Amino acid sequence: MSFVDLEDIRVSYDGKNNILKDLNLSIEKGELVSLLGPSGCGKTTTLRVIAGLIEPNDGAFSVDGANLTKVPVHKRNFGMVFQSYALFPHLTIKENVGFGLKLRKESKETIHKKVMEMLEVTGLADYADRYPKQLSGGQRQRVALARALVIEPKLLLLDEPLSNLDAKLRINMRLEIKKIQQRLGITSVFVTHDQEECFSISDKVAVMNQGVIEQFDTPEVIYNHPKTEFVARFIGFENFFDLTLVDDHTYAAGDGSLFKTAHTWETTQKVGTIRPEDITILSKQSGPAVNTIPGTVKVRTFLGKSYQYEVETPIGKLLVQDSDETTYTSGDEVSLYISEEKLILV
Amino acid sequence: MRKQRGLSIFVLLVFAFLCLPLLIITVTAFGEQPSIQFPIEGFTFQWFKKVFEISSFVDSFFLSLQISSLATLLALAVGIPAAYALARYKLPKTAWLKSFFLSPTVIPGVVVGYALFQFVVVQLQLPIFQGLLLGHFLISLPYVIRVVGSSLEQLDFSIEEVAWTLGCTKPLAFIKVVLPNITSGIFASFMLAFINSFNNIPVSQFLSGPGVATLPTTLMSYIEYNYDPTVSALSVLLMLGTIILMYLIEKTLGLASVA
Repeated sequence: MSFVDLEDIRVSYDGKNNILKDLNLSIEKGELVSLLGPSGCGKTTTLRVIAGLIEPNDGAFSVDGANLTKVPVHKRNFGMVFQSYALFPHLTIKENVGFGLKLRKESKETIHKKVMEMLEVTGLADYADRYPKQLSGGQRQRVALARALVIEPKLLLLDEPLSNLDAKLRINMRLEIKKIQQRLGITSVFVTHDQEECFSISDKVAVMNQGVIEQFDTPEVIYNHPKTEFVARFIGFENFFDLTLVDDHTYAAGDGSLFKTAHTWETTQKVGTIRPEDITILSKQSGPAVNTIPGTVKVRTFLGKSYQYEVETPIGKLLVQDSDETTYTSGDEVSLYISEEKLILV
Repeated sequence: MRKQRGLSIFVLLVFAFLCLPLLIITVTAFGEQPSIQFPIEGFTFQWFKKVFEISSFVDSFFLSLQISSLATLLALAVGIPAAYALARYKLPKTAWLKSFFLSPTVIPGVVVGYALFQFVVVQLQLPIFQGLLLGHFLISLPYVIRVVGSSLEQLDFSIEEVAWTLGCTKPLAFIKVVLPNITSGIFASFMLAFINSFNNIPVSQFLSGPGVATLPTTLMSYIEYNYDPTVSALSVLLMLGTIILMYLIEKTLGLASVA
């Protein structure tokens, strides 16, 4: 039994189409788990089920051994940060942060002390008496975080908290969230559609698609070994080609060319995939015979630190990213080397 | 630059066009002649004095005040929850419900008045005061639903959800978080509904009875037989009342936030 358990959660709004299908998720104490996926995959719905804003049609949700499936949102004591920050416009920053404590009937001194402490932690002490509209986006986000944390919640839930910030601030904020989360040791669930953000902040990532979790693992494993084609596509794998097993660790592509792989795969995994930056592009007729495929450069695109080539090969169009000094132009005959280590089967 | 000057002249003309009748009425209230004339001869306050001497004016003013405030408060009590439900939840046929609630504003007042007369007076046989109250409540409701509804539509309801996660029950979150952020809408709708109800003639005309009439209907029947500047004087007093009310709202809330 983990700290947080979602068991066979099913959510359906109309009784026919399931938003979430038999979803299972276990989160250990102190972990920061991300729900990653495209819009409409059910990640926000999952978070709202955890928060208690949506009651699942089936399944059970428990925290620390207590079944909370039917417990209303206001009794769960979870802190939540919304994409829109959702600060109370009619209250000052201090009152915003103290809102939850006031409801808990704590004394004025305790509230003031806890609020000022939390504002200190989030670097907002100077803004205590301002109103939300006088603050910048990043500051508002920190207020929302402080307000969620000051009630000492059992869980911290973050619904795309960084997507309204500009790129630079987003990187700073995610670092800050991670720091605060680790310092307080609070179990957190983070919803995002941005894989870089998600990998940098999470202890574990659940990649979601159409209401199911396709893969739940550490960021490293997901980045290097996606289990399904959907996960692979979502995290930047571009090239997909069918393979059939011919020998131990050796596969044949559609045109008969052979590919060796360094890893062991299930028999159900029959599609080979590799990131564009993991393919090595070489001039024609060089490179080893196995794991190499000839091709013709179709399009070259300059990406700044590298070039991207679209190469027509017997196993289909492959995308290659290469930062070598040697460049190839449209029409050049080349060889593509797909390393045993980097070739993934899904 | 020249274009802008043309525009400001145009604005000035519109303004003059709107204000001229008010100005004329105000001036005529001070004339000494026994009938409304413009320009006036002499200067007197006697018509203002007469307003307070005619008991039907005084009585109907207080009745109007009572009816309009009660009706508007009732409309707020019913309209705010209705507007909330319409804005917050995807009810079946939301669009249809919205137009239904707004229908009294598109139906001619006389028709509403007559329909209410048939129902309230003929069928239900309600006492006149209650009948008037019901009628005015009905014509006030659309203003509340529309104005409060539009300020609710601009509200980010995640502030309500955040309040729940912080420990608020749903009713408490509505009071502590939703209401404070729609006060300007509530005030605006109160003003609109109150003024509309206070000035209403068609509905009041049908629902008034012997000895019980609102100020506008009393004024109407007075004009039928008299044409003295008392009417102008009364109008000036009402305008003054409205201006003071507006000034107070401007001071406390800011008119911009109301409009």
